[in-house]
Amino acid sequence: MAAFGSFALLIALALAAYNLLAGAFALRVIATGQATAVSPERLADTARRAGIAGFLAITAAAFALIYSVFTNDFSITYIMEHSNRALPGAYKFSALWSGQEGSLLLWAWLLAVYGFVLRLTHKTDVKLYAYAGTILAGIQVFFLAILCFAAPPFALYQGAIPDDGNGLNPLLQYPEMVIHPPMLYLGYVGFSVPFCFALGALMMRYPGEKWIRTTRVWTLVTWLFLTAGIFLGMHWAYAVLGWGGYWGWDPVENASLMPWLTGTAFLHSVMMQEKKGMMKSWNVWLIFVTFLLTLLGTLLTRAGLVSSVHAFAQSSIGTWFVVFMGIVLAVCIFTYILQRSHLKSEHHLESLVSREASFLFNNLVLLTACFVILLGTLYPVVSEYVEGHKVTMGPPWYNAVELPVGIFLLFLTGVGPLLPWRSASLKSIRRNFVLPVIMLWVAVAVCLAAGVRPWKDGAFQQGSFYALVSFAMAAAVLTAILSEFFRGAGVISRQTGKNLFMATWLLTRRNTRRYGGYIIHIGVVIVVIGLAGAAFNKNTESELALHDKMTIGPYTLECVGFTQDSNLNYNSEYALIDVYKGTERAKALAIDRWVLGIIPIFHIVPLQMAPEKRIYLATEQPQTMVAIHSVPSWDLYVVYEGTNPDTGQPIIKAFLNPLVGWIWAGLVILVFGTLIALVPALTPATASLRVPARTAPSEPALRGGHL
Amino acid sequence: MRHSTRFAFWTKAVQAGTLALAVCFSLGATDASSRFNDLGHRMMCTCSCAQLLGECNHVGCPESGRERDELKAAIADGKSDQEILSWFSAKYGATMLAAPTTKGFDLVAWIAPFAVLAAATLGTFLLVRRWSVSRTALAAVDTSTMDPAERERREKIRRETGEGGF
Repeated sequence: MAAFGSFALLIALALAAYNLLAGAFALRVIATGQATAVSPERLADTARRAGIAGFLAITAAAFALIYSVFTNDFSITYIMEHSNRALPGAYKFSALWSGQEGSLLLWAWLLAVYGFVLRLTHKTDVKLYAYAGTILAGIQVFFLAILCFAAPPFALYQGAIPDDGNGLNPLLQYPEMVIHPPMLYLGYVGFSVPFCFALGALMMRYPGEKWIRTTRVWTLVTWLFLTAGIFLGMHWAYAVLGWGGYWGWDPVENASLMPWLTGTAFLHSVMMQEKKGMMKSWNVWLIFVTFLLTLLGTLLTRAGLVSSVHAFAQSSIGTWFVVFMGIVLAVCIFTYILQRSHLKSEHHLESLVSREASFLFNNLVLLTACFVILLGTLYPVVSEYVEGHKVTMGPPWYNAVELPVGIFLLFLTGVGPLLPWRSASLKSIRRNFVLPVIMLWVAVAVCLAAGVRPWKDGAFQQGSFYALVSFAMAAAVLTAILSEFFRGAGVISRQTGKNLFMATWLLTRRNTRRYGGYIIHIGVVIVVIGLAGAAFNKNTESELALHDKMTIGPYTLECVGFTQDSNLNYNSEYALIDVYKGTERAKALAIDRWVLGIIPIFHIVPLQMAPEKRIYLATEQPQTMVAIHSVPSWDLYVVYEGTNPDTGQPIIKAFLNPLVGWIWAGLVILVFGTLIALVPALTPATASLRVPARTAPSEPALRGGHL
Repeated sequence: MRHSTRFAFWTKAVQAGTLALAVCFSLGATDASSRFNDLGHRMMCTCSCAQLLGECNHVGCPESGRERDELKAAIADGKSDQEILSWFSAKYGATMLAAPTTKGFDLVAWIAPFAVLAAATLGTFLLVRRWSVSRTALAAVDTSTMDPAERERREKIRRETGEGGF
């Protein structure tokens, strides 16, 4: 299977190279109008078909690796290092991305999947898709060359083949780890597609803004995957690492956030190009930078440039990435300089107080946030170079510089939708902003009354201050967005006689982009509320003998047992903890049964938590399995820290983390909003058919209409 | 006159707000436990767990217990925050501090983000202002002498961008 996989990768490389060279030659011939023996159109089509065949070859290679994992083929070094016989089936898939070679193969395969879809749908715009497909082939050549020559996943094990492998990293043996990395990779890799379209459109001097509409779905889907990937990673860190947090400003976390920020900026500013022909150069560079940042993220992960808990061992492929990034940047600059006359704006901003200006400032703040993260990630390297010693860029620094930027961004999230295009009159500003401002101050008053105060015992509390500002701003932004919904829904309700809920639904269907975007903003606000809760986290730690108790917030935790268990994959120790709220046992929902195999039916049970610590046999590494009881107001988060070697009793650490559930709820809303934004809006014709006006025409006329 | 009164009112309001904010920020933590908590969150545990010293208390940590005892002792000795941070930095290395210092080259890490934001905001402001001025000049053009197709195109853009869309 190793030979089959290696051979499949070589074929894929050859096909991608043919796609690149033949495609580039054909497009050049078409552009210059030179006469050639072979029709350039036919040549370009063979290049496209080579790209499709390349997808099959890479799929075969990926299949070969998965097959080797499942058949425990330890003659392949990668399988030996990242799997073992006792590894459960679901986690055998995780082996694909648990190491450098496998994750690069996953990257190449996902790139091939995107390329496959792109090349199959080429009839949308044959020439533009030919350019995009050829550029994509260039990226594929790079990744396949690494896989064939620098990081081969099918390298054979030297020496006697062991009976069992080293096993999978325990951190990856968690259900979310089966989905988080592919999601993140889908996001990372997906930005290659809008990049290819942008570069292709610039190279061919694509007339008009149609290419933006063509790539909008690609960009939005990619953004959705990246968003979901980042949040799943946060949830994984929260549920597995056992430190009570979900974001540690680790360089690799930062690396995923940077393209997300620039991608978000692109999604906003591209609307200005689409609607008003503005910011063309800006948008092109935004997508160039976004793509480069995805490569930088991969470089950070693999080259050992900065120290990170995620980083793989330092390897030579960092050089490959640096060179490739240099080539990409050179091509981007060269193409831009050559074609910049094509990117002249047709219009300019008319007023600082307008929707366009809010988009501009939104871009500015998003890029500043990205710059801050880039600075924080690379500063230790810079400091070592300049001063001779490394420094730590920890949470205090990020909180000090990133939080004000984030709050400004939240402010713009609320302000932007309230401003009209072109310019706003004082009257409209007053009308739109009165209610949000009132809600802002109401929220401040409520928070202060509820004890969210930026001072304690005469000392200023920075965390509480930012939480207060965030809550107040969130209330204002939420009011602003909801008032937009109700204003529109009210008009439709009056026109159609539908109730407000149905009118809101119809309003959303009529302009899915706009109202899907608003729903995304609501999701962002909910996430911010959840993040602000971190200012009030509490934790306590105690060694618990049988029936000993510890208290945190309103909960009392009683240890009612601690024991050990074992299976083929790991040994575990865990404690059984009954949870009381006041004098009563706390309650929790538990799944009683499944209806039709997919719908859970819950029932209420007394809350008992079982935090666990596992020691995986193959790797002999420990792993925490946190017990979490989540309610809207907070999470009770209980960690089995280990046992006291002197007494043999468990040491339990309990956290009370306010509002964490809001973060995950915000993600669900955000995903829902993105899906709404992806759905085509009801066309006026369809809308008029489905939603007759209140003064409906007579029945015969309707029938006639239908006939 | 009315305009200047309003301006003076807003100026005073901004001044009062700034003063209130400054008072909030200047209220420093003074008691030992607050200082311990504050300083514990300005340093990293050196056991490679990548956690702040004030938050790292995982079982078996070979470093955090001793380092916290040293911090308590330093506070009890009456050392200033700066003296304590310098002492820890000298003993365990600059990476012990959870954020760069505000001296020398490290100042760049604190200034750069806000400098970039300020420069970008100013640049955007000036750019938009320039565009607004040039648009005013353009608006003076007599459209009646314009090519009908061009006039129609301009009108269409105005209609389409006047409302709707995201």
